[in-house]
Amino acid sequence: MTTATTEHPVDNGVNVEALLSAREALSASPDAAKFKWRASVKWINGTHSRSTVGGFYGLGEEQKHKTTFSFDADHPEIFASEDHGATPVELVLAGLASCLTAGVAAVAQNRNIQLRSVSATLEGGMDVRGILGADSDVRNGFDGIKVTYKIDADASRDDIEALVAQSQKRSAVYDIITNPTNVTVEVE
Amino acid sequence: MRTTAVVIGGGQAGLAMSWWLSKRSIDHVVLERGQIANSWRTERWDSLRLLTPNWQSRLPGYRYQGGDPDGFRTMPETIEFIQGYAKSISAPVRTHTSVTSLRRTDDGYQVVTDSGSWQCDAVVVASGACNMANLPAVAETVPKEINTLTSMQYRNPGQIEDGAVLVVGASASGTQIADELQRAGRAVTLAVGEHVRLPRTYRGKDILWWMDAAGVFDEDYKNVDDIVRARNLPSMQLAGYPDHRMLDLNSLNSIGVRLVGRLAGINQGKFQLSGSLRNVCALADLKMNRLLNAIDEWANENLVSDQVDPPHRFEATKVEASPPLLADITSSGIKTIIWATGFRPDYSWLDIPVRDHKGFIRHDGGVVTDSPGMYLIGMPFLRRRKSTLIDGVGDDARDLSAHLGRWLRGQRRPKHRRLHAVNH
Ligand SMILES: Cc1cc2nc3c(=O)[nH]c(=O)nc-3n(C[C@H](O)[C@H](O)[C@H](O)COP(=O)(O)OP(=O)(O)OC[C@H]3O[C@@H](n4cnc5c(N)ncnc54)[C@H](O)[C@@H]3O)c2cc1C
Repeated sequence: MTTATTEHPVDNGVNVEALLSAREALSASPDAAKFKWRASVKWINGTHSRSTVGGFYGLGEEQKHKTTFSFDADHPEIFASEDHGATPVELVLAGLASCLTAGVAAVAQNRNIQLRSVSATLEGGMDVRGILGADSDVRNGFDGIKVTYKIDADASRDDIEALVAQSQKRSAVYDIITNPTNVTVEVE
Repeated sequence: MRTTAVVIGGGQAGLAMSWWLSKRSIDHVVLERGQIANSWRTERWDSLRLLTPNWQSRLPGYRYQGGDPDGFRTMPETIEFIQGYAKSISAPVRTHTSVTSLRRTDDGYQVVTDSGSWQCDAVVVASGACNMANLPAVAETVPKEINTLTSMQYRNPGQIEDGAVLVVGASASGTQIADELQRAGRAVTLAVGEHVRLPRTYRGKDILWWMDAAGVFDEDYKNVDDIVRARNLPSMQLAGYPDHRMLDLNSLNSIGVRLVGRLAGINQGKFQLSGSLRNVCALADLKMNRLLNAIDEWANENLVSDQVDPPHRFEATKVEASPPLLADITSSGIKTIIWATGFRPDYSWLDIPVRDHKGFIRHDGGVVTDSPGMYLIGMPFLRRRKSTLIDGVGDDARDLSAHLGRWLRGQRRPKHRRLHAVNH
């Protein structure tokens, strides 16, 4: 069901037609839909490292971002580090935040909902005795993540909640966090 | 043997098609590998009742005549109903005849069976949407010590070894089986993925009465936003209990069923459960409320208020604060897994290249456009939201038999006759 028509065409800056036709094209040719996302990392010093992303694979060939992006990660000073960047777990939160928010915009566009502002805060609880090896019953990762959205849009509360729910359903990072993934780490 | 049209499958879809073909004077046979209503006889559990009320089983030229239109049929009653339909319309059914191959020939189709083969101009695939259990990939990683069965193999609690049970899937089958096992004294865990929550009764009327009256079931496949999604929707989370009680995750929770996220993996002796439980429940609640809003709107326009109770909303699905993400197989005591994860058709006999990369037959509202003269019926949202329901297949059979009749007339134009004559 689409919502009522508005006087001005809804524009959240998302090209939904392109996304929908991509979906159609890719469901007919599943091989083109097989992507590989990549990152590389270099250790700098201590807990400080720099990851870069540039190339990826998709639509049957190698692809490139417009520029190479880099992300510094480190730990804060209370962990006796120099705090040259976000902690890796904060980068995970940032990834989830961006993924869900992109989803909100895309779903809103598709449902004809004009967004005025969207913001969210994320919080992941963690008992650091896990990573410190102080208690083997405590897991390393988050014990839960809380995401709180503030959304101003031409839509009812139910419609806004549906946007947020649907964006979780379609989110890659949400899936990565909520479901297990096999991870293989090798040394060359 | 030769006939004009062969219908594969003697369930309600094949029979409704047979009624329409007879009405249009098109010679045909219906081939059924077992007995009429084979799926209802052999693939359902003992206590199952239809989730659609008795009145909601209108087939072409046949409907419920009994004194309990709002009741729900047991399986023996359902079999009798379908069998009675075949009899009342004198459907030309050949039972115990399995189709082993369907191929194209120069002038139509050849249907090979385990007792002879048929040559025909047109063919209707009515072999069912639910021939096989659709198992998730994680099914392959279940340790050998655990018994597994599908909802098609489940019959009753007595069949299940002592111990706790994990039911995977929270649609109509999974919730009903979880309810039955928990009430029989088993400790049941229910792994919940996407589902379609519905109340049994709303404002004093059955929810399916509302959906029927408001035209929801008649929605046309050409008018839905996303037909792929509509066709993949899980079944309605409903049950046809004699006391009309509501079956949902809250009712299961209240009798002690443990709700957990989708079963995502099995690793190192542990079930890995998805952290998405809260969202799938939120989605189901939102969608249910959207339907109830639409019903209220429809009621405002079409009913006088004293005909129905006032609008109200149902309690949101309760999810515990931190549902478990891992469950140790040994300490959970789970000895049996029941897969209630949906179905898929079996086309192992189909030798015409009309299937998509997922194995489903490509079609436009049941017309198999890549193979003229071939039709499909009984699939989810084939032409309408109600296409898979006993109550819905009749309209599809009318439309498709009309198309089939037009196609036959086109084939029989003199020019084509002559071409055929040259071929032979
Ligand atoms: C658990 C369950 C509960 C349901 N409850 C309801 C309900 O309450 N109300 C409702 O309206 N709908 C319900 N449905 C949906 C639907 O009505 C049933 O799935 C129904 O059986 C579909 O009828 P059909 O004729 O399309 O297919 P089927 O009944 O499956 O008939 C197909 C027939 O084709 C035969 N066949 C298959 N392959 C071959 C072959 N190669 N050669 C010869 N014959 C073959 C089969 O033996 C079968 O008899 C339910 C479905 C399920 C699975």
